[in-house]
Amino acid sequence: MIEIEALTKDYLELTVVDHVGLTVADGEIAVIVGTSGSGKTTLLRMINRLIEPTSGTVKIDGQDTRDVPAFELRRRIGYAIQGHGLFPHRTVGQNIATVPTLLGWDKGKIAARVDELLELFQLPAAEFRDRMPSELSGGQQQRVGVARALAAEPKLLLMDEPFGALDPIIRAKAQSDLLAIQKRFGTTIVLVTHDMEEAIHLGSRIAVMDKGKLLQYAPPDEIIARPATPFVAELIGTGERPFRLLSLGKVRDLVESGPAQGEPISADASLRDAYAECLWTGREMLPVVDADGASIGRIRRDDIAHKAERPQ
Amino acid sequence: MKPGLIIRLVVLALLVAFIVTPESFAWVFQPLTKNGQPAIYVQNSLLNLTVSHLTIVAIATIASTLLAVGLAILVTRPFGAEFLPLSRSLANIGQTFPPVAVLALAVPVLGFGTAPTLVALFLYGLLPIFENALTGLTTLPPAVTEAARGVGMTDRQRLLGVELPLATPVILAGIRLSVVISVATATIGSTVAASTLGEVIIAGLLSNNLAFIAQGGLVVGVMAVLIYDALSALERALMARTGQRRQHA
Ligand SMILES: Nc1ncnc2c1ncn2[C@@H]1O[C@H](COP(=O)(O)OP(=O)(O)O)[C@@H](O)[C@H]1O
Ligand SMILES: [Mg+2]
Repeated sequence: MIEIEALTKDYLELTVVDHVGLTVADGEIAVIVGTSGSGKTTLLRMINRLIEPTSGTVKIDGQDTRDVPAFELRRRIGYAIQGHGLFPHRTVGQNIATVPTLLGWDKGKIAARVDELLELFQLPAAEFRDRMPSELSGGQQQRVGVARALAAEPKLLLMDEPFGALDPIIRAKAQSDLLAIQKRFGTTIVLVTHDMEEAIHLGSRIAVMDKGKLLQYAPPDEIIARPATPFVAELIGTGERPFRLLSLGKVRDLVESGPAQGEPISADASLRDAYAECLWTGREMLPVVDADGASIGRIRRDDIAHKAERPQ
Repeated sequence: MKPGLIIRLVVLALLVAFIVTPESFAWVFQPLTKNGQPAIYVQNSLLNLTVSHLTIVAIATIASTLLAVGLAILVTRPFGAEFLPLSRSLANIGQTFPPVAVLALAVPVLGFGTAPTLVALFLYGLLPIFENALTGLTTLPPAVTEAARGVGMTDRQRLLGVELPLATPVILAGIRLSVVISVATATIGSTVAASTLGEVIIAGLLSNNLAFIAQGGLVVGVMAVLIYDALSALERALMARTGQRRQHA
């Protein structure tokens, strides 16, 4: 658990982060979202003390981060950034092994962990372990960057616009990979983005920042339904609100028994995708299948539309 | 083998052959002599002069590399940051001094012999290495240095494990400049009685013997080119190995 209290950073006269307080429970993904220059990166870097706060406290599992030497603190916290920051003179394997090596794990354990992570990120170990970062595509470099951050099995992972440099298709894949990995290890994640779409997709809670202040910190559905200030509403985009709500729901939530015609949709697809499919194919309802392709019922367009209404 | 490599090897072989048995090349330099002057300088063995020349250059370069890189490391640490602008301008000013002037200033202090030459080469060699080491250490990719901090490396681990390895090709480019200047400048060292290949050239100038001047000049020139070339190749190899693109000429 991370407890941030009255955290403040001043540069001379300028207050870049202004009395921010928020708590991230274990296993949550807290996404910090805001426009450029709103203080997101500064807030994130104060958590692992890459930036020393002017005032306020950060506690991780009850321990004040100032009670540990900064380099030790950082070895316990995964850190992944935009542009990955891989060490260009070290192989992919050596890059991933960075923190375990710093922590003095034994060689066999490090090698096993490196291979495990490479496979987890769909980079066959035999093929990728000894390559140099410059020999990888942007998407592969980004995955190695996240693998490096996770190498020492940190309970907490900080990510600063980790997918910012990826093109949309690879980006969507990287996001779903992250969600899968988060589920598997139960890692607590604090992620910075300027993209509200990404925040809603990934966040179990969203922190909206503006000019150094935390405007609202709430689950995505509440941020969409009840934006705390006009700025938050604007960031969500008024015209986008119903669709953002739909993107939070799964087809599984609205499935009912009964037949329907045409191409089926997966129970794990978002309601937004299901609604788009209804509109595009002019259907009132869609057959629903589970992951194995077995039919589990149908979903109605009107039920989906109802879900897009402002929650009470 | 590539043609470029063959040419280099042939040139190197010719150079070594000439240094070891200069007399067998007398016919090459004969046309440059007049009134029965000797074609080959024999007062001192060319081999000894070359070894002494290169030793002086090597000692001076190693010393300047250690000091220059050490200083560059100091002024790029947080506690030395105050001195960064000052040392940068000192390095720039220093490089406007001609090496001969440094030599001339060293003699009154150190007397004649090898010492003033060593000092002059050492001082003059500092500047390009310092300049390049500063560039190398201050233009590292920001994402990489941030990642190095973010993963929890100590200052020392960052310096030795990330910053220096990445800056090495650029530092090496400075060493290359410095060595080439030194190989040439060591020649002038003979005017203050250091034992270098300049002795051959000066003997030629004093006795008006074009053959001496040519052989001394050729040996120095060819050595400079070969060393420059070899260090450039080493830099390229390092650049490739560290996955960087070439940043400096
Ligand atoms: N070292 C610094 N000195 C002065 N101002 C800074 C420094 N670092 C960041 N800032 C300022 O702080 C503000 C917030 O920066 P940052 O946290 O990087 O914002 P974001 O990540 O939301 O784009 C910006 O206006 C930036 O110019
Ligand atoms: Mg930022």
